Amino acid sequence: MDLFEYQARELFEKHGVPVLAAAIATTPDEAEAAATSIGGKVVVKAQVKVGGRGKAGGVKLAENAADAREKASAILGMDIKGHEVRTVMIAAAAPIESEYYLAILLDRSNRTFLVMASVSGGMDIEEVARTAPEKLAKIAVSAVDGISAIKAKEIVAAAHFPLDVADQVAEVLLKLWEVFQSEDATLVEVNPLVKTKDGKVIALDGKITLDDNAQFRQPDHAALIDHASTNALEAAAAEKDLNYVKLDGQVGIIGNGAGLVMSTLDVVAYAGKKHGGVLPANFLDIGGGASAQIMADGLSIILGDSDVKSVFVNVFGGITSCDAVATGIVQALELLGAKATKPIVVRLDGNNVVEGRAILAKAAHPLIEQVDTMDGAANRAAELAAK
Amino acid sequence: MAIFLNEKSVVIVQGMTGSEGTKHTRRMLASGTKVVGGVTPGKGGQVVDIDGHQLPVFNTVAEAMSTTGANTSVVFVPPKFAKAAVIDAIDAAMPLVVVITEGIPVHDAASFYAYSVSKGTTRIIGPNCPGLISPGQSNVGIIPADITGAGPIGLVSKSGTLTYQMMYELRDIGFSTAVGIGGDPVIGTTHIDCLRAFQDDPDTTAIVMIGEIGGDAEERAAAFIAEYVTKPVVGYVAGFTAPEGKTMGHAGAIVSGSSGTAQGKKDALEAAGVKVGQTPSETAQLLRDILGR
Repeated sequence: MDLFEYQARELFEKHGVPVLAAAIATTPDEAEAAATSIGGKVVVKAQVKVGGRGKAGGVKLAENAADAREKASAILGMDIKGHEVRTVMIAAAAPIESEYYLAILLDRSNRTFLVMASVSGGMDIEEVARTAPEKLAKIAVSAVDGISAIKAKEIVAAAHFPLDVADQVAEVLLKLWEVFQSEDATLVEVNPLVKTKDGKVIALDGKITLDDNAQFRQPDHAALIDHASTNALEAAAAEKDLNYVKLDGQVGIIGNGAGLVMSTLDVVAYAGKKHGGVLPANFLDIGGGASAQIMADGLSIILGDSDVKSVFVNVFGGITSCDAVATGIVQALELLGAKATKPIVVRLDGNNVVEGRAILAKAAHPLIEQVDTMDGAANRAAELAAK
Repeated sequence: MAIFLNEKSVVIVQGMTGSEGTKHTRRMLASGTKVVGGVTPGKGGQVVDIDGHQLPVFNTVAEAMSTTGANTSVVFVPPKFAKAAVIDAIDAAMPLVVVITEGIPVHDAASFYAYSVSKGTTRIIGPNCPGLISPGQSNVGIIPADITGAGPIGLVSKSGTLTYQMMYELRDIGFSTAVGIGGDPVIGTTHIDCLRAFQDDPDTTAIVMIGEIGGDAEERAAAFIAEYVTKPVVGYVAGFTAPEGKTMGHAGAIVSGSSGTAQGKKDALEAAGVKVGQTPSETAQLLRDILGR
């Protein structure tokens, strides 16, 4: 889960990373009140989970509270790269002398953690990495040893931070490591980390990605979920513990196993080229179990998507046998009754496939059509969606 | 021969007394795997009857190894306790540890992987993987044993169901070993580890490699193939239609910006001389063409 900047700031504050005073607002009134209580010049910042908001006009300096109100009213409701601005953060403005970059992240390629640090912060760090890689220090951090005070000093020296801020930056790095580790983050990034005119080192903007797998030991993280911008179908699916992602196409997809479902999306998009560019409408992995109830829950989510014109159920019976899946489909349609209105192409293969296909054939449900191969079934589902 | 797993594999099940552990111990025994016991801390000394097999339960992997001579462990322990279970196996110098558990925090996986590297005596496969099967010899994990038999194809895949699908497509030819390495961001055994082992395995004559969006494992594998692998390799990559920034079930299957795309992986593999299929069936056909079957 990616956090909003203000949520990252709160986690920074909780773990002692130096930040400026700030508050969030969802209306111009709230923005004015926040600016009043902070006092002086403030920065009004759009809270969206996408980069480039500054260039899009989502970050403005305000001279006073009345100005903050005006700036907030312009920014709230903006569309930044498809993300609607529902919240702004009002933060104290700081007189900046230097801008740095500091991040701790999971390095998948090397299966370890990595610190990236640069004294050339503030701008697009990928641009720095590309054009001046020598300005971005990358130091591996062992998942067993972590970042000690000594290690933090080594990293700061390797990144050539000026001596007058080196101790402060090392201290910030230790605190960021605490955030990274104790919050089960996969990314903790500060850009920019600034030195103010009075010599203080402060995290001015931050990005945190949390590991969803760690929710069982991070009870506070549930409160960070952004329900407002979650798609209604995705929210309904999440309630049923279904692994569902809404996409833009017309063929509803149900399958078992993440890899097979991803592959199903591709095969449908591939087949769809022959049928006027029909595309998959969703990702839905019902997992290994595939009981009647799970199948009914899945079908009901997909049939609730008005974009869906046909459904493709693609199951490989591995641990689950095809007869159980077939029974699940038949019972699911009984449970759904008149709510099931779209044609459903079913492809079963694997364990007990003969029995599974026989069950569907015997049920002879008018909406169900069986096709024996994955490619053939994808083609048929795309054809039906194009009608 | 096969890779990592063969008829000499003697297996213990960590978490055998849990529901998943019991269910899959039964399936592994039914497929001929030499399962000799289980480990559940606090339940040492019990004996569990699974389909007539009297399986002793131990408190630690070290005890289980010294009593049973096990050389392979399979982990069905829930996410909360998985790290401790894997560390226990590493401390016992268990040669092969197959972690089936889904949903392990990546900090835990990174930690036990780093620990295994520092000890240098344990190969981890997974986590969040279906395990591996050397048909006719041994089956460790949750891969259905009855899809196909022994043969000359080596298979390595991030995905469980795509592994089953591909084994099914090529069931008339058969497999030396099929390894599901898992789709998490940090895994113990990579495509490259498997490719190297298949290249060195005299019983494997051709290799199928299945990848998916996210990370750069496939690109690295492509570079490795160009440098090291002389056996024919066919590939398949899932996730061409996956949108940027959305997690598609596997924690690792997420496209971030321009990196980790399916097209990028396909291009890298093709540049290394790997024939890449558009669908699983087409991929299977490419392999048939190479083997002339």
